[in-house]
Amino acid sequence: MLDVFSILHSNWELLLIGQYPNGPMGGLVNTLILSALALVIAFPLSILLAMARISPFRALRYPAFVWVYVLRGIPLLLVIFWTYFLVPVLIGHNISAFATMLCTLVIYQSAYLSEIVRGGIQALPHGQYEAARALGMGYWRAMGWVILPQALYNALPSMISQFVSIIKETTLGYIINMQELTFSANQVNNQLLTKPFQVYFILAVTYFCICYSLTRLAGAVEKRIERKRKGEHGGSAVAKAPVELASTDLSR
Amino acid sequence: MIKDFDLGPILTGEYATLMLQGAELTLKLMLFAWLLAMSLAFLLVVVRLTGNKFAERLVAGYVAYHRNVPTLVQLMLWYFGVPTLLPESVQLWLANYSTEFIFAVIALGLCQAAYFCEDLRAGLRAIPDGQTEAARALGLGYVRSMRYVILPQGIRNSLPSLINHTVLLFKNTSLAMAIGVVELTYATREVENYTFRTFESYSVATVGYLVFSLLLMGIGALIARRFELARAR
Repeated sequence: MLDVFSILHSNWELLLIGQYPNGPMGGLVNTLILSALALVIAFPLSILLAMARISPFRALRYPAFVWVYVLRGIPLLLVIFWTYFLVPVLIGHNISAFATMLCTLVIYQSAYLSEIVRGGIQALPHGQYEAARALGMGYWRAMGWVILPQALYNALPSMISQFVSIIKETTLGYIINMQELTFSANQVNNQLLTKPFQVYFILAVTYFCICYSLTRLAGAVEKRIERKRKGEHGGSAVAKAPVELASTDLSR
Repeated sequence: MIKDFDLGPILTGEYATLMLQGAELTLKLMLFAWLLAMSLAFLLVVVRLTGNKFAERLVAGYVAYHRNVPTLVQLMLWYFGVPTLLPESVQLWLANYSTEFIFAVIALGLCQAAYFCEDLRAGLRAIPDGQTEAARALGLGYVRSMRYVILPQGIRNSLPSLINHTVLLFKNTSLAMAIGVVELTYATREVENYTFRTFESYSVATVGYLVFSLLLMGIGALIARRFELARAR
């Protein structure tokens, strides 16, 4: 197993940044850039999608429902093939493998993230929305100032887990020859030829370290949120509430 | 593209056979991997429930590894990596056979076992301790209290996530194309290469995957509802 270290020693640059200064960015860094971009772009889309799914209008609800269920029902690989084929047809020129993967992940993850956001919104007591409306807020202000901040905060652990899924899904970029960590590892493997187990072992350990620390982070955040929520419903908070209410009443 | 949309060439003749064989292999892969995953998951849960700290750590490590390493990497590690660790005679013997299907089943099954194990554990943990105590107080032994009281409730609790993860397994079978298993996605790619009917072949594959996934989700929803009714009674 000492081979692992010598492989790492001679190939760490390729695994970390690909052929970067002399070629395209690749390796682990590209994996992380791709995942982060995918999450950042898919996130606002997923909020809109979640709002459409629970909206009272059928014209919004049905398409969102179909979108989510179709994407949850087919393998990511097929979505990649569709993007690879359809996007150039639609926009008229070819796009890079990176753009294809980014497009795919945004489309695919918007469906999954929207289910998380929807879960977060629906887990809130209905009184929150009613209270916001009773205070004279419109739909958008109630959503933006009252519902979403709470719902997204509660959904934070699931969001982090979903980021782990995105990182794991970027490996499929290898199939369309996108320069990322798995692709780099395969390059290393093709150079060495005789040490596939060691190379893929390095690959697995690298992904494990990143994803496992994020999974632990999600767990810690979840515990924190739970503790906070318990604190809010605890005796002291309940006792304080009427006083606060009374004082705000007086000041108005 | 849409103008000359014609499913004819893909739904008849040799290409249809290729697609159907692909679909058959996808289902086989799914079935074997599911059986492997489920049996292993039960084993892991039992080990975890024994209360032995070392065994618990081991199972937790197993679960953490399989849930935090991409499935594609696990497939590659099994198909390209593991055979080189075997003795040379075994390697030579293996070279006579096409091993990609077997390794795909192993990799997908072991990976999914981690998910199933967590589902079952969560389901069992949701059962109040009083249930075990009551079963034991009624004179049932460990095995019988498990068999008649704990497991039925535990499986019922974990059913929604088990179904979800079964759908996940079904979708993950498509990754086996990366190691050369000619399942539905691979076959679709082949048909597309031969016929240049990209839109049509992808459509057929998409509908195929979608129908089966929705079927699984539907069955899951149906069973969950029946259990809800049973509990309400």
